[in-house]
Amino acid sequence: MSTLDSKIPEGPIKDKWTKHKNDINLVNPANKRHIDIIVVGTGLAGGAAAASLAEMGYKVKSFAYQDSPRRAHSIAAQGGINAAKNYQNDGDSIYRLFYDTVKGGDYRSREANVYRLAEVSGNIIDQCVAQGVPFAREYGGLLDNRSFGGVLVSRTFYAKGQTGQQLLLGAYSAMCRQIGKGKITMYNRHEMMDVVLVDGKARGIIARNMITGEIEKHSAHAVVIASGGYGNVFFLSTNAMGSNASAAWKIHKKGAYFANPCYTQIHPTCIPRSGDFQSKLTLMSESLRNDGRIWVPKNMDDVMAIREGKKSPTELTEDERDYYLERRYPAFGNLVPRDVASRAAKERCDAGYGVNATGEAVYLDFKAAINRYGKQKAHLLGVENPNDAKIIELGEAVIEEKYGNLFQMYEKIIDENPYKTPMMIYPAVHYTMGGIWCDYNLMTTIPGCYAAGEANFSDHGANRLGASALMQGLADGYFVLPYTIGDYLADDISTGAIPTDSPEFDAAAKEVTERLEKLINIKGTKSVDYFHKKLGEVMWNNVGMARNAKGLTEAMDEIKQIREDFWKDVRIPGGMNELNPELEKATRVADFLELGELFAKDALAREESCGGHFREESVELDGEQKGEAKRNDKDFAYVAAWEYKGDPRDAVMHKEELEFKDIELKQRSYK
Amino acid sequence: MNLTLKVWRQKNANDKGGLETYPITGISEHASFLEMLDVLNEQLINDGKEPVAFDHDCREGICGTCSLYINGEAHGPDRKVTTCQLHMRMFKDGETVYIEPWRSKSMPVIKDLIVDRTAFERIQQAGGFISVNTSGNTQDANALPIAKPMADKAMDAATCIGCGACVATCKNSSAMLFVAAKVSQYSYLPQGQVERKQRALNMVEQMDKEGFGNCTNTGACEVECPKGISLEFIARLNREYLGASVASE
Repeated sequence: MSTLDSKIPEGPIKDKWTKHKNDINLVNPANKRHIDIIVVGTGLAGGAAAASLAEMGYKVKSFAYQDSPRRAHSIAAQGGINAAKNYQNDGDSIYRLFYDTVKGGDYRSREANVYRLAEVSGNIIDQCVAQGVPFAREYGGLLDNRSFGGVLVSRTFYAKGQTGQQLLLGAYSAMCRQIGKGKITMYNRHEMMDVVLVDGKARGIIARNMITGEIEKHSAHAVVIASGGYGNVFFLSTNAMGSNASAAWKIHKKGAYFANPCYTQIHPTCIPRSGDFQSKLTLMSESLRNDGRIWVPKNMDDVMAIREGKKSPTELTEDERDYYLERRYPAFGNLVPRDVASRAAKERCDAGYGVNATGEAVYLDFKAAINRYGKQKAHLLGVENPNDAKIIELGEAVIEEKYGNLFQMYEKIIDENPYKTPMMIYPAVHYTMGGIWCDYNLMTTIPGCYAAGEANFSDHGANRLGASALMQGLADGYFVLPYTIGDYLADDISTGAIPTDSPEFDAAAKEVTERLEKLINIKGTKSVDYFHKKLGEVMWNNVGMARNAKGLTEAMDEIKQIREDFWKDVRIPGGMNELNPELEKATRVADFLELGELFAKDALAREESCGGHFREESVELDGEQKGEAKRNDKDFAYVAAWEYKGDPRDAVMHKEELEFKDIELKQRSYK
Repeated sequence: MNLTLKVWRQKNANDKGGLETYPITGISEHASFLEMLDVLNEQLINDGKEPVAFDHDCREGICGTCSLYINGEAHGPDRKVTTCQLHMRMFKDGETVYIEPWRSKSMPVIKDLIVDRTAFERIQQAGGFISVNTSGNTQDANALPIAKPMADKAMDAATCIGCGACVATCKNSSAMLFVAAKVSQYSYLPQGQVERKQRALNMVEQMDKEGFGNCTNTGACEVECPKGISLEFIARLNREYLGASVASE
């Protein structure tokens, strides 16, 4: 039996959002002044929502664990943001962006949400330009675009390799304006510890002041969770060190269903790991695949010679290289979607062709692009018969302009010049498509509690296309939530301020304090990181790029065991009433240790391969697609939304069947 | 490699604080500076001591959270990197490394190596924005062509990550490079013209209120800035401010 109502509006897909906006309730400007909204997280979704809601007249309280909203991890997004502007006249449209996103997500997303996302994508670019976001431009002064994986048009807007930074600073500037006006009260260095429900509705949160350790009660008429994804359950990921799932997990434990936790994006172009001390992994933007060609040596002798330092990759002739993406997927080549590119890299490395000491690296080579751009530039500058050195010089300058900061970042980490020697890359955990289940209004299964951005599950299905995370975060924050939240709050215009001296707030605060006391009093023998690394190892080995029933079952037991050990033996120095980074980490890891088990359970239940979720039992056995992932639409075209029942393994699944009325379900082929 | 660390320890804002010495061994030259500190902290926790508190988050040089003064230089001896991008290969085996927090009256220490940078927040709130509300009805993005050199300049300025290295480096504890980056970004763009004068006046006024010192054109901030924000922007800020103060309506 399902209790899920996705509240998708009636009517043709292209009219749904417009019609919905006309049908829903509004709150009049005078009443908005009396309504409080809490927004947890200040990335693109949270920052944009906080600013927009405050502009509309609501009283907003915004929470960030960082010392400034500008530091949320959206800032690290590099490549760009998609929008169906069709500025390049290459056949793009709202429908095509919608289609690409649903197809890219391997037909596991909700059609109506994705269409709305595509529909508002153009507004985002307009809004950001109006805010002063310095997007890249062509010499005519108009906006430039680049192309990204999984699509055949150029629709990605960018600001060098710092698009996330610039978009976040845009949202941050809008927030600053409202903070200055007193419309947003900003709580930096505060961590949400729990949500407070009064009469079944989300009416506030318990937060910890991370400087003083004080446990604070904050009330509101609605609570928005925009706290990002849970990639750090793997310990090593491209997420920030502080990125955590605690806000999302806390609302899950209070009644919000958690959808498709197993959908994780393993990004193909990250800097390979180098040692046990590694604390995080660094992404190199997917935009590099526009100009870089991915390869490994064809011959094992060359692999060995390279690993032993006897040969340089630049010495290998074209014939000695295996451009495996171009070989396997001639239509999309190096621009196949992320899940496909990642698995292909793993396949080559598992077969023994990895090019570094760990055997987990492939090359991303810019030589051809440097040559091509060099020749073009020489022609443009009127240099006749340029020699090779001149071509390379000019070409490198073009590459530097496009990706300079990424190349610099690579060189600083690896200590090799990527203009001269091909980059080494390997897949790493990057983004989580799964998240808190929400309806078309972005409301979770807790009335008055909303989920936006990466924290929710709705738009990317089983795999997210490049440059779509920024689009979704800003769409939710600027253009969806500010409308839909009014529909709920219209009933609250005469509620008045929510008191925090109620039994519900007292009980929640007490529970939080007791949990912290319990943690700090364990006084065990091992650090928080010790347990986090153990969890990460299980996740990566058994719940990573390739999964099977045996490994997943084992993972569930192992995670449970690590969790039990953690609660017996973790050592947290320092006290509760002070700045205590180890205590902060411990509360987050405690939640990851629960989430990880549900993650494995979800992966076990989904006996098909789709998008980033690859089950070894479900592959094509013959034909042109032999060896590729095999989806099972008959049995698994649903969203798995899990209800918390006291222990992660006891969670109960509720199914939201996915209906595809506007797109025909097909096998994804990038051949 | 083996190192001797001299680390600033300070219990809280009111504590006097001082340098503690910690020997550390077996560090890989491929580790980042913060990963080296992770190893130190793991060691301290295992010894039953309190780990060193330091600010960090993205660990890829973009969030601007990390903020260490290493051997007398903001973000350490390498150029155009944040502390999290600094690698141990920049140090010699056996070296003594001094690790301190940013030092500025306007950015007081909270604990150990963590400082309070909320002064930057208040400067942004004083005018670091364009007053445009969210609306689905702004004009089409391409209705406003912007010459590429201007857009590129704005981008160069907008690259600032707000880490505070400029303030920590400056002998006057001046925040001019930070303020100049924001004021300049908007001054290059047509969208920023309407509030151009007021923005420069308000942000500079708030900067002074926060107690930051003045610029005396030493240029150390530019050298230590992890994003290479140019001193030219300070010259531009001076022009913006002067123009805004003396020009009539």
